[in-house]
Amino acid sequence: MTTLAVPARARARGAANVWAFVRRHVLAFYAALFFLYLLLPIGVVIVFSFNQPVGKFNYTWHEFTFDNWRYWNGVPGIQSAITLSLEIAALASVIATALGTLIALALVRYGFRGRGVTNLLIFLPLSTPEIVMGASLLTLFLNLNFVFGFWTILIAHVMFCISFAVVSVKARLIGFDRHLEEAAMDLGANEWVTFQKVTLPLIAPAILAALLLCFAVSVDDFVVTYFNSGSEVTFPLFVWGAARIGAPPQVNVIGSAIFIIALTAMLLNVAVQTRRTKGAVTE
Amino acid sequence: MKWFHRHRGLMPYVMLAPGLAFLAVFFLVPLGFLAYQSLESGNIDFGYAFTWSWGNYGSAFTDYRPEFVRSIEYAGIATILALVLSYPVAYWIAFRGGRWKNLLLLMIVAPFFVTYLIRTLAWETILSDNGVVVRILQHLHLVSPGGHVLATGTAVIAGITYNFLPFMALPLYVSLEQIDHRLIEAAEDLYASSWKAFLKVTVPLSLPGVVAGTLLTFIPAAGDFINAQLLGAPQNHMIGNVIQSKFLELTDYPAAAAMSFILMGAIIVAVAAYARAVGTEQLSGTAV
Repeated sequence: MTTLAVPARARARGAANVWAFVRRHVLAFYAALFFLYLLLPIGVVIVFSFNQPVGKFNYTWHEFTFDNWRYWNGVPGIQSAITLSLEIAALASVIATALGTLIALALVRYGFRGRGVTNLLIFLPLSTPEIVMGASLLTLFLNLNFVFGFWTILIAHVMFCISFAVVSVKARLIGFDRHLEEAAMDLGANEWVTFQKVTLPLIAPAILAALLLCFAVSVDDFVVTYFNSGSEVTFPLFVWGAARIGAPPQVNVIGSAIFIIALTAMLLNVAVQTRRTKGAVTE
Repeated sequence: MKWFHRHRGLMPYVMLAPGLAFLAVFFLVPLGFLAYQSLESGNIDFGYAFTWSWGNYGSAFTDYRPEFVRSIEYAGIATILALVLSYPVAYWIAFRGGRWKNLLLLMIVAPFFVTYLIRTLAWETILSDNGVVVRILQHLHLVSPGGHVLATGTAVIAGITYNFLPFMALPLYVSLEQIDHRLIEAAEDLYASSWKAFLKVTVPLSLPGVVAGTLLTFIPAAGDFINAQLLGAPQNHMIGNVIQSKFLELTDYPAAAAMSFILMGAIIVAVAAYARAVGTEQLSGTAV
């Protein structure tokens, strides 16, 4: 009897092991599929940046070429569009981060009347559909006879970046130790020196994060810009215009380049963070 | 500096003033202008006049009801899909990610590093009639031979789902990450099966993330017109497409302004209904 029972139990254990293996790895397997899905379009963008399309539409693979990368600015208008996007993003992220950092500092450091209203005013732009923001700014500029172009785009970008900057800085200020500032003041530093020598170095990573976030959001924006650009063309607007008649592979080149630059920056950031947390643990 | 020292209570207001003033002038005031414009009548050639024409709202709704319904429908389906697709992954990263968490999160936001329009165009390539996806679907008889995916509602919903997926996945991850593992262990010690512990402990504790993710996905999705424009046909157009063309091509500002407010109102109603269903506590917990 016992000789028979052993293999049966072993078989049962084997089945249980398989079940346990499946249960343990089904999520990992699903996650792999999910990431494949998430990254598939990015792969397509990069692969088709090396395509030599037949005709206007870069939809089907024809022939491998480096020409699109070599002549990345070979399409009329693409270079000026990229330049404008970078200029706007640089200016908008600096202005919005400056304004947003001040708001975030005030919210984290002080108790004051009107916090609720302030939080609401920061939250509203984040929860308003872009098309409504774009449309409302358009009506403002139309009614005040603004000339549409560089300045209207810049104003729009600063407007929707401020909230991102506040949220981003605030998130990193939560653990901020006020005693360090008080210590500096006790040692005779005035408020400005304290801010320069103590506060600013402490919040520098938060400011950098906000700058990068605002830059990314600004460079990528289409909807609000579309409503307020007049005849100026940013890179997303160039893509939109090109898409109607068949986007040239150079669009994929720029898309891939932006992706690679942003990814490198983020990977560096992750590496630094990991090292810092490791350092904190060993301390 | 001395003056500031004496009036320390003013300090926060001084710091808030520039940013909040900017938002007031270029966010709140424009909404006022939009409201004003939505009650005007006239046309671009002869000028607009403020006439309290509430009719703009009525006709916007009756003339473009299919587009309104479609916006809510597409955005709703895409939000549910995004939730179902990303919950298991957010769970996996939060509970099994270990030291790879940051890298995996980076992979979730990776699509954001490719310009929105370009990644939507990539879906146009992937779903194009002679692409692999359509051929496989035809083999499986999920798409009739000679049928399309592009220029259908399916393609628009797929595009919206993909484009706003990180907005869903990240808040889900954050709320799952914060769950105290001891609570789940406690449930299991009390003889809950791991499935039951998941349903009774993990899911309720992750609700704030579900709420935040749902709002962050649904709101931009309902106002989107890029996916419908690039991946859909005119019969898949959403209200965003109408607002966009009324403003920028037909210069019918009052009608477009009225539609913008109806869209905002519809979103607020949808969000409020959702908040009622899941409880306002969760909602206010996620707001900033």
